[in-house]
Amino acid sequence: MDFSIASILMLDGVTNGAIYALLALATVLVFAVTRVIFIPQGEFVAFGALTMAGLQLGQTPLTVHFLIAMGALVALMDLAAGWRAGQALPRAAAAALKSAAPALLIGLLALWAAPQKLPLVLQALLTLAIVTPMGGLVYRLAYQSLADASVLVLLIVSVGVHFALTGLGLVFFGAEGSRNPSFWDASFNAGPLMLSGQTLIIILASIALILMLWLFFERSLYGKALRATAVNRLGARLMGISSTAAGRLSFTMAAFIGALSGLLISPTTTIFYDSGFLIGLKGFVAAVFAGLSSYPGAALGAVLVGLLESFSSFWASAFKEVIVFTSILPVLLWRSLRDPHTEEH
Amino acid sequence: MQSRKLLPALGLLVLFMLPVLPVPEFWITQLNYIGMFALVALGLVLLTGVGGLTSFGQAAFVGVGAYTTALLSTRYGISPWLALFAGLACTVLIALLLAWLTLRMSGHYLPLATIAWALSLNYLIANTEFLGKYDGILGLPALNLFGLSLQDGRALYYLVWIFALAGAWGVKNLLDSRPGRAIRALNGGTVMAEAMGVSTFRYKVVIFVIAAMLASVSGWLFAHFQRTVNPSPFALKMGIEYLFMAVVGGVGTVWGAFVGSGVLKILEDQLKELLPRLLGSNGNFEVIVLGVLLVLMLKYAPKGLWPFFQGLTARWLPARRRAHDWDGAAPLPARDKPEPGELLLEVDKVRKQFGGLVAVNDVSFKIRAGEIIGLIGPNGAGKSTTFNLVSGVLSLTSGKVNFRGLPVGGLNSRRIAERGMSRTFQHVKMIADMTVLENVALGGYLRSSSGTLRAMLRLDRAEERCLFAEAEKQLQRIGMQGQMHELAGNLALGPQRLMEIARALCTDPALLLLDEPAAGLRHKEKQALAEVLRQLKAEGLSILLVEHDMEFVMGLTDRIVVMEFGTKLIEGTPEEVQASPEVRAAYLGTEH
Repeated sequence: MDFSIASILMLDGVTNGAIYALLALATVLVFAVTRVIFIPQGEFVAFGALTMAGLQLGQTPLTVHFLIAMGALVALMDLAAGWRAGQALPRAAAAALKSAAPALLIGLLALWAAPQKLPLVLQALLTLAIVTPMGGLVYRLAYQSLADASVLVLLIVSVGVHFALTGLGLVFFGAEGSRNPSFWDASFNAGPLMLSGQTLIIILASIALILMLWLFFERSLYGKALRATAVNRLGARLMGISSTAAGRLSFTMAAFIGALSGLLISPTTTIFYDSGFLIGLKGFVAAVFAGLSSYPGAALGAVLVGLLESFSSFWASAFKEVIVFTSILPVLLWRSLRDPHTEEH
Repeated sequence: MQSRKLLPALGLLVLFMLPVLPVPEFWITQLNYIGMFALVALGLVLLTGVGGLTSFGQAAFVGVGAYTTALLSTRYGISPWLALFAGLACTVLIALLLAWLTLRMSGHYLPLATIAWALSLNYLIANTEFLGKYDGILGLPALNLFGLSLQDGRALYYLVWIFALAGAWGVKNLLDSRPGRAIRALNGGTVMAEAMGVSTFRYKVVIFVIAAMLASVSGWLFAHFQRTVNPSPFALKMGIEYLFMAVVGGVGTVWGAFVGSGVLKILEDQLKELLPRLLGSNGNFEVIVLGVLLVLMLKYAPKGLWPFFQGLTARWLPARRRAHDWDGAAPLPARDKPEPGELLLEVDKVRKQFGGLVAVNDVSFKIRAGEIIGLIGPNGAGKSTTFNLVSGVLSLTSGKVNFRGLPVGGLNSRRIAERGMSRTFQHVKMIADMTVLENVALGGYLRSSSGTLRAMLRLDRAEERCLFAEAEKQLQRIGMQGQMHELAGNLALGPQRLMEIARALCTDPALLLLDEPAAGLRHKEKQALAEVLRQLKAEGLSILLVEHDMEFVMGLTDRIVVMEFGTKLIEGTPEEVQASPEVRAAYLGTEH
């Protein structure tokens, strides 16, 4: 291997690492606030990429219908919950409509906008708008009533949600993969490296999002409320912070990050309905590097995973996944030696 | 009583008659799969339902068993029966490695590691020429047993179900035994089990290895049933489905594993037929329904189907009481007791800092054999922290603790329990779904020795009788023998506290540490408890007691240590303490 190959592999690794970093951040975010190990994170990646592909073809992706259906289901559930709690019908109906309104409005808008052959950037925005509300809805449907269950139960729920969403992905998008056009076709030469516009966008978008998350958690009251929920749910609730709202918000952010990652990665590789799982899991490995708790640690871990992947695909391409996923074991060893007495129940 | 024995016998008879009856081949095959799946799910019952740990990698252990026998029997002509043990050996090694890496940390690292391990193994097999890549290994020999070929599905059926039922028998025996009680204590946290002398890490490893071994056996059967192996049945998806089976059937119950595997296998087959027809295209659509069902199950029937059925039939088949078969059992070994007046516990300037906060500030006191010492102080004075320092639940920042002349500071609570110190907890820690008797018997853990294998083979009954005899004796001592068959979770708070004392007594302690034993007791119960403690003292036992009820403390103790803001205020007889202006000031405030 000479320097030019190494630098190409480095670039490749950093680019993928940037995507994994986003997913790792989302994983840490969701785990910290809700204690949910969010395996279905990757499904939003596939949903984002393939919804965009559908829009590219001028079709109405079935994710739009899915969004509307979920919105309607949540409205019904909220209505039923309100009725059981003895609320007056108009009040319960208003509350139900309020929680489902964004999904329904975006769904209807998308029904109109999808066949319009919008410009690329608007299609990307529409995709984000379609996938992002799904996060909160998934939280409402699957997790909210189990919010106080153990980490283990929540993890098993995650697996159930992952199953369901992957199966639905197959229904929505079929078994064929898609690859989207680049957002920016320019390319730059820097020595032996050829930097494509898409690579730049991926790296810049990741950095921007990481900064935004940092600002959100450090500087905004809402972010601090989320952190408070992460530290102590009951305490936060006593301070008037709704742990339900915090859960929904963190899931919505996770869905946004997932969809964005899908948009970013789909011009560089073909995405299938089930590709998200592996991509998400690599973000996951990165999050485990950071013990599911530190944001900078997760970002760093993600870049390491990306580099490990690109170099192992050069040396032993058939075993690239084996190497990436086995790398979690020494990491766990290191963590257990460093921090042997963490106990949680 | 009759139907209780009749029904299982009838079920067993039907199960073993099925292959000779004109049952279609299809159902025999289904039942073979169900038996093999149930073996894996059984491991998850032990691991997840009872022990509170989860693995998504069981399918990968199935794969280890299957590939080992495939490789050895086709390439090297080794007997499948030898290959079974080779597969088990590989499985144990891998399971030990994974356990060593993850089980010291929080519970959720194990499932994550198993996900990674399942993915890695699958990609490894699928890309290794030697293992046949995606095509796998073909042409496995059929099993032979004493010259009898088990090539036919109906013949193999017997082997599958003998293994499955033997597995169920072993796990059921294990759960009702000394190591079983230790395993059942894992789910509620490790503090109590450690204080009873149980190495919780060791039992976590044990149940993970047992679960992996059951999966490996299932893989061996699977390989010789299919006569070919390829990576896909051992993928992560299948690992998740195994967990699903355990959850659907009832993750805490042995028979739930069988119900779950049966329901899932049949449901999945039906859905695979039905859904593509409904949706008009091909694909793994059944996973949508399975996923949604899993979430709904956890929400509405988190205990699973088997406990649900049990609840329905409870009217006709009430839960059976443990047969009282321990009359005249030999007493458990007792430790040599300290002489009255001997220096028992010496606490020398113990200190605990949490960051900048000094919770316990250089506190010293002594206990002599046969004394009852009270530790009192306003809320937040550091009493419970001192308690935790002495019993090894928390680690010392500085200072020394000597117990019976030997330093115990810095030892963990398990080692301290071994030396004859036993404790109760401010918030009762017990195993709610075990009977009072079984909970108390956990206290006898260190005085008995039956291991996991003995328990699974039910060779531990003589020792079990001794344990239950001891447990009953201790329950009698505190006047609870009438409630010994009740589930601990059904007791009121007061009796739960008394049960904890009985459990601590069951360890045959030289020093008993009681954390607020009288809280939640009614007046009469308090008097009775004080009487019990006086009697224990008369028998030479020493007691350190944290308590808020002043009447209780003053009437019972020989000396009292008063703490405030982490420091020792004074120490003296109850009269001296009551007369002390400092104590009054600490409790009631001073005039300025």
